[in-house]
This record gives sequence, C-alpha cells and structure tokens, in this order.
Amino acid sequence: MARKAVEVNTGAMADISFLLLTFFLLTSSIDTDMGIIRKLPPPPDPTQEIQDVKKRNIFNVLINKYDGLLVQGRPMDISQLRDAAKEFLANPYNREDLPEKRTEVIEGLGSIDISKGVISLKNDRGTSYKMYIEVQNELTAAVSELRNELSKQRFGMAYSDLTNTVNQEAISAAIPVAISEAEPENVGGTK
Amino acid sequence: MARFAREGKRETPGINTGSMSDIIFMFLFFFMVITTMRESTLLVRLTVPQATEIQKLEKKSLVSFIYVGQPMDTKYGTESRIQLNNQYGQIADIQEFITRERESRDEADRNFLTTSLKVDEETRMGVISDIKQELRQIGAFKINYSTRLGIVKDR
Repeated sequence: MARKAVEVNTGAMADISFLLLTFFLLTSSIDTDMGIIRKLPPPPDPTQEIQDVKKRNIFNVLINKYDGLLVQGRPMDISQLRDAAKEFLANPYNREDLPEKRTEVIEGLGSIDISKGVISLKNDRGTSYKMYIEVQNELTAAVSELRNELSKQRFGMAYSDLTNTVNQEAISAAIPVAISEAEPENVGGTK
Repeated sequence: MARFAREGKRETPGINTGSMSDIIFMFLFFFMVITTMRESTLLVRLTVPQATEIQKLEKKSLVSFIYVGQPMDTKYGTESRIQLNNQYGQIADIQEFITRERESRDEADRNFLTTSLKVDEETRMGVISDIKQELRQIGAFKINYSTRLGIVKDR
C-alpha cells in the first residue's frame, strides 16, 4: 500500500514573505532622484585670452545676498524673469539692443537663425540656495518654452514628446542652453 | 424521488492559502526591483527646493551624492555642513571623494558619472560655489541640483 504523502503546512510561508515585504518597504526609498541638470565649465585656462563678447549678447542676471534680483542693471521680480529671458533669447523683432543671430544649417530643420545670446548668472556667497534654484528654474523654463514653441511650429508636438532623436537634437542645437555662470567672487563678505 | 441534498455532514471547504505566499513574493520582488536601498544615513537636515523644470536622473548607479545642510545633531552647531558617504567632510575632501567614487565604477562608465547635489534650501551659496569649484578642478562636470517637483510661485 502506498504511503500517504506528508503534507507540509505552508500557511506560515505567507507570513514570512509578508515580513520580508515590510522590511524592504521600510528600508528602501522609491524616490527617483530628480533635479536640474547642468554642465560645469572646465577650469579657466590662464593662457587663454579673454573673449570679447558684445554687450548686446549678454543678459546679466545678478542675485545679491538679500536674494534681490538685478537683471540688465534693473531690479526685477522673479515672476518677470522668464519672459525677459525668453525675449532676450528669441529676439523676435531683431532689435538692435538684443542679441545677434547667426544662420546655420541644421539637419531636420534646414537653415535657421541661432541666437548668439548668453545668459550670465552671477550670485553672491550669501545668496540662498532656494533663490538660486528658483532663478535657474526660470531660466531653464525660458529655454524649454522656446524649444517647445519651435518644436510645435516645425514638428507639431512638444519638445518632450519628440520621439525622433534627430529632431530632438536639431531643436536642442537650434536653441542651446546658453547659461554661463561667472567665476565666483568674494564681494558680499558674508559667509 | 431523487434526493439531492445530503443530510448532515455539511462542512464549508477550507480556503486554499497556498498561493497567497506566491502573490506576496511577487509583491516582494516587484518592490525589490523598483527600489534602491538607502545607501547612507542622512547626517544633515535636508529639504530640497522646489522646481518645475526637472529631469530624471537616468542611471542611478552612476550618481554620487553630496549632501549639504544643517547637522542633525545640534552639538555640531548650525553651520551648513557637507556630508560625503556616511560622514561629515570638508571642501578639501571632495576631490578625494570623487576620485574614490570613480574608482569604484567600471572604467567604461567613469566619464558618465553625475554628481547630484542634495542641498537644503536654507543653505548659502558660498558653500555650493566652493563645491562647484572643486568639482571643476577634478573634472566632474556633470552635476544635478536635486529638487522636488512643485510650483515655485503663482504666475
């Protein structure tokens, strides 16, 4: 006569896996790291000559240690910065006091005007990080809004929705992230 | 007449719980795959600022973190401190930290290393400028200012 197989009680297995599950839930973090991605310039070369950039091609943004904003020599509220930066980078009416453009042929877009404008961002050592990120955010928003406008005009969809890498690269080449940070200077005297 | 109902011996059959563990295990593996272990315990108080124009960091294994903020433990004062891995560091330690981070990665990946700055929003820019200068010196050009998604201000 065949022996009856012993049945193993598997009821506790669920409990054990529940324990493991809670352990992993507690020790792990789901947050994917997000943020504003930037590329730092290489350290300054002492032998390199200082390039002369025309005054009309520079958009000066200064933040002082009281988190005040000075744009092109005038105080400005942060809510206006995005539009000011957009107008500077796009220069839609080819004004004399806004940046020059150079014409280049880009694959996928054909011949297009690229702005020579550079946003120069300078902050004090006493500026708060919060304000700095807000300004960076507004400037990034200005660039991405311009990219979206061009992308919608040429390809009929937003820049982030572009699936074709050629188109994506074309747009990012036509509107580069031209934000330059000045070499830090010790002016404010605060730590 | 045929009788369908049997008299007596009416037992509800037990529910088979054997597959419950399989389901839980599936949950477990799901969480294990999508999450990452918290590598270092935070020694600094951290509330990263909010921003709208944010991008996700692509490869998590190629990111090294620098934390800046007020020390959790008040005996270290209220001055913003830098945390590298599991201990407080100085500005001068950053180059060595980056070198060690690079050595722990594959040679092919070293150029794609990103440094993520997790900085408290109350911090002054002086410390961050110093960190950025050090990163430039050592050649770690790709950085990320870690932020939360949020509306900065009503427009």
